[in-house]
Formats: sequence, C-alpha cells, structure tokens
Amino acid sequence: MVDMTNYAIHAEGLTKHYGATKALDGIDLSVPEGSVLGVLGPNGAGKTTAVRILATLLRPDSGRATVAGHDVTKDPTAVRRSIGLTGQYASVDEQLSGRENLELFARLLDFTRPDARARATDLLEQFGLTEAADRRAGTYSGGMRRRLDLAASLVGRPSVIFLDEPTTGLDPSKRDDVWNMVRLLTSEGTTVLLTTQYLEEADALADAITVIDLGKVIAHGTASELKQIVGGRSLQVRPENVRDVADIRAVLSRITGRTVGEPTRGLLTAPIEDEQQFTNVVVDLASRGIPVTEISLSLPSLDEVFFTLTGQKATTEPVKEPVS
Amino acid sequence: MTTMTVPDVAVPRPASSLPWLRHSMSLAGRSVKKMVRHPEQFFDVTLQPVLFLIIFVYVLGGAIAGSTQDYLQFVLPGILIQTVLFSTVAIGVNLNTDIKEGVFDRFRSLPIPRSAPLVGATIAECLRYALTIGVTMIAGFVMGFRTGTSPLRVAAAMLLVLFFAWCMCWIAIWLGMIMREAGSVQGIGFLALFPLTFGSSMFASADTMPGWLQAWVKINPVTHLTDAMRGLLTGGPVAQDAFIALGTSALILAVFAPLAVRAYRTKA
Repeated sequence: MVDMTNYAIHAEGLTKHYGATKALDGIDLSVPEGSVLGVLGPNGAGKTTAVRILATLLRPDSGRATVAGHDVTKDPTAVRRSIGLTGQYASVDEQLSGRENLELFARLLDFTRPDARARATDLLEQFGLTEAADRRAGTYSGGMRRRLDLAASLVGRPSVIFLDEPTTGLDPSKRDDVWNMVRLLTSEGTTVLLTTQYLEEADALADAITVIDLGKVIAHGTASELKQIVGGRSLQVRPENVRDVADIRAVLSRITGRTVGEPTRGLLTAPIEDEQQFTNVVVDLASRGIPVTEISLSLPSLDEVFFTLTGQKATTEPVKEPVS
Repeated sequence: MTTMTVPDVAVPRPASSLPWLRHSMSLAGRSVKKMVRHPEQFFDVTLQPVLFLIIFVYVLGGAIAGSTQDYLQFVLPGILIQTVLFSTVAIGVNLNTDIKEGVFDRFRSLPIPRSAPLVGATIAECLRYALTIGVTMIAGFVMGFRTGTSPLRVAAAMLLVLFFAWCMCWIAIWLGMIMREAGSVQGIGFLALFPLTFGSSMFASADTMPGWLQAWVKINPVTHLTDAMRGLLTGGPVAQDAFIALGTSALILAVFAPLAVRAYRTKA
C-alpha cells in the first residue's frame, strides 16, 4: 500500500453520474506534497467534475478522496481550509473592485479587518494589480481577471491549489504570466493540481501528468515517460557551416542506418533507436572536427502522445468545457 | 519537484463565538455594496409605494371611504405591507442569476457555513425593506397621514412588517434556487402575492365581500398582519393579530429557510 501521508491529494475510484451520463468512471489520482499534477484531457473528459469533487463542491457517487489529509466527503470544512480554487467557475464578483473581492474572501477566511486589508494589499502588489485595485473586476482585461482569480484563491495561503484550465482563452503572453505565477507557487512548496487541454501547458508546468478521457485515467507518468510510450525519438543537428551538411548527413545515415533528408530550417533530423547512437554521432563528429552549433535528442510532442492514447487529435482551439 | 515544507496555514482566527454571523455580515456587506452601485434597483421600492398611495388614496379613496383623508388613514398600513411584500420577490430573482456566476462556487469552496451567503443576502435585503418602509411613511405623512399611537408602537409596527417580509423572502429564495429562470421566479412570486395582498383587509373591509372571499380573508395571515399594523399605527386592538402574524412568520421561516438552504447546497 502507498503511504497516504505523503500525498497532498489522493483519490481512489471516484465515480460520478449525471443521469445516464458517466462523467467519472473510477478515477484514481495522487499528487505528492509540493508537486504539480497536470490533468490532461479533451472536453468532457471529466476534468472539471474531478476538480469539483476534490474541492468539495460535488459529492462523488462512489470512491474516496483525501485532500491535505482530510476526507472530502467526511470533513469538507477541513478540506476547504486547506485549498484554493481557481477555474472557469470559481471566480470573483465582477461588481466589486479587486481589493473588495480579496478583502471579502479574507474576511470569510476569518482574517481580522486590518489583516484582511493587509493581505489584499500584498496580493494586489504580488499580482501586479495595485493600480487597478479599486476598479470593478468586471472592467479588468482577461489577463488581469485571471491574475485576480489566482490571487483570490491564495488569500488563505492554501497548501493545495486547484487550477481548472487556468489559461484557457488567454493569449500567449498572458499565458506566460500565469505560468510564471504557478511556478512561483510551487517554488514555495504549494501542491498544485492543474487541469488543461493544452499539452504544452502540462509539459511546461507539471511534474507528473495524468491523462483522462471519458471519465477514466488512460495514462499517468512524467512528460518524458508519456513520450516514451509513443517512442520515436529523433536526433537533431545544426551544422555551423552549410558546406558541412553533406558530411553530417553521411555520418547520421551511417550511424542510424536511415536515410537522412535535407535540413529543414537549418536542422538535420534523424530518427534513432537508443542513446548509444546519440553518443556515437557526437564522438564521430568531434573526431572529424566538424563544428555544429546544436545537437539534441528530442522526444515526440505530447500532441502525438495524446493522439496515440486517445485516438483523437488534441484540442488546439480553446473550447469552453461545460461546467459540471 | 521540491521537498520544501508546505507553508503553514497560519490564518489569524479571532476568538469570536459567532463565525456564522460574522461571515453572514461580511456577505451582507457585499450585497449592500452591489445595491449601492445599482441605484436603479431602488426605483421600484421607492417610487412604487408613492404611486400606489396616490392612486389608491386620490383615485379610489373617495369612492371607497367617502373621503380621501379617511381612506389614507385606513390604507397606508396596507400599502406599506403590500410594497414590502412585493419587494421580497427581488431576492429570489437576484440570487437565481447571481448563483450562476462564478463567485458562488468560490463561496462554496470556502470554510464558511453553507447558509452564510443566503443569510448575508437577506440581511442586506432588510435595508431595502427599511428604505421602502421609510419612503412610504414619509409619503404618507406628506399626504396627511397621522399616527395615533406612541412612537414605540410605531417602531413596533415597522419591526413587525420587516420581520414578516424577512421571513417571506425565504420563500422567494427557495423559488430562486429551484427555478431554472429568473423570470419564472418573478412570475410565480407575483402570482402568489396577489391573493395574499388583495385578498386581505388591506384595501377594504371584508364586510362587503362575498362569503367565500370573507372566509379566505379571515384566514389570510396578511389580514392579521394588516390589522396588527393598523392597531400599532392608528390605534385599536393589536395583540391577537400580532401574535398570529408573528406565528405565521416564524412558521414560514421554519419551513422555507431550511428548504432554501438545502436547495442551495444541492444546486451544483
């Protein structure tokens, strides 16, 4: 048996039905303290339902789960004291200002009035919202709203944070903002469960990834472990001088035993079977004195992993998952 | 992955023995801020009683009571109750839309009693009722209404109607929780309020009404509330009607507050 005390989130066999629809069909999840789990899946896979159960907003039909050591159905209040929730649904009051929202949540978390004010000021500062602090949240831009949502979930200094599709609908530069804040949180030891439709996001932020589809876990592992499932790593070499291209192609072909095509964007690519071939290429090029600016071993993208696992193309367009 | 310690949850906790009340008050503060920012929602509760007073007193008063002044003395408590009762529907409509927005899910994820967001909203709502009562009384005084009792009794009348309305608003909340659309909450609320208000002693004495209607008027709790209010504002017996009105309020609260909270909890 696994030692439960090391897990900030631990769920076994969670099921949830909506009428005849099985939203969750026996999900197991575990997140070690201080780590980030990415829950990856297409629309309707059950990600939001799983988060709502773990955050005590929904009761599972069966199965059990603990968050921060507390049972989500038997001791929801203790769970609520330990968690922060940010998502498409758990947001802020648009008619109140950023500061008023944060102060309200602080008061509801039993901060005294001066403490609530101080905590709100700190968070507004930390999330770059000081200037907008007294404007109605409804007037915030998409990126500011997401930062305020995130700040709101951190008011009580939770040890576990749920981020349900934190960057859906954000443009890439704003997305980087959110990613940096998530990294900051984890560097402080907070446990994060992040759901996403973006493979890139899970790859960038998560220590481990659980892939779910149709209410079931279909794969779990680190990003590189998942990529191994698909196999097909490739070796990439960028010649320093164009005149060396032919020589490098010859080396790659000989060692990998495959035909190597023309360089694309200055990069020569050859599929390889094992690390030894990588070493051989490096040694061979060095002994011939052929200069290269880049040589790397790349794993297949998570998109390909996802396609292999679910048999469908991963979502690239943000589509809003229906709540519950 | 880091192995750093989880930041401790050193959230300050004041030693208040009533966290439920404190949380409700914080949430009431939220509702009040929203109200103040949307002053247009005060139009109905302020203009409506004034319009009703003018219509009932000057248009119908002479015909019903022989003199507009006599009718004002008779009808003001009724208009007061009617406006306050109709304004109880608003909370159901507002919560029905409010709850669809994200902030309620955050409330659910906070370690506060499940009823606190609802109780908070009702506390804020009482301010609206108080405003309605104040406006109606002032309009009445301007038109010539005079109380015939002590200030203490007048204050008791205000509190009685406020308490009745506060209990009634839990029916609206319950409707707001179980109805799909805000529009249906308003429709059903108003439909239920017409027989309760017009089918009472508010606007005319029951003596001229047909027997079946008299029977309804006699058991209608709003009749007892109206008669108690008349007693407290212009003089006359109070005790029995006030007792029935308070008892009905408490009964409504005891039935519908738990129903509303339960509907709120299960509304995922």
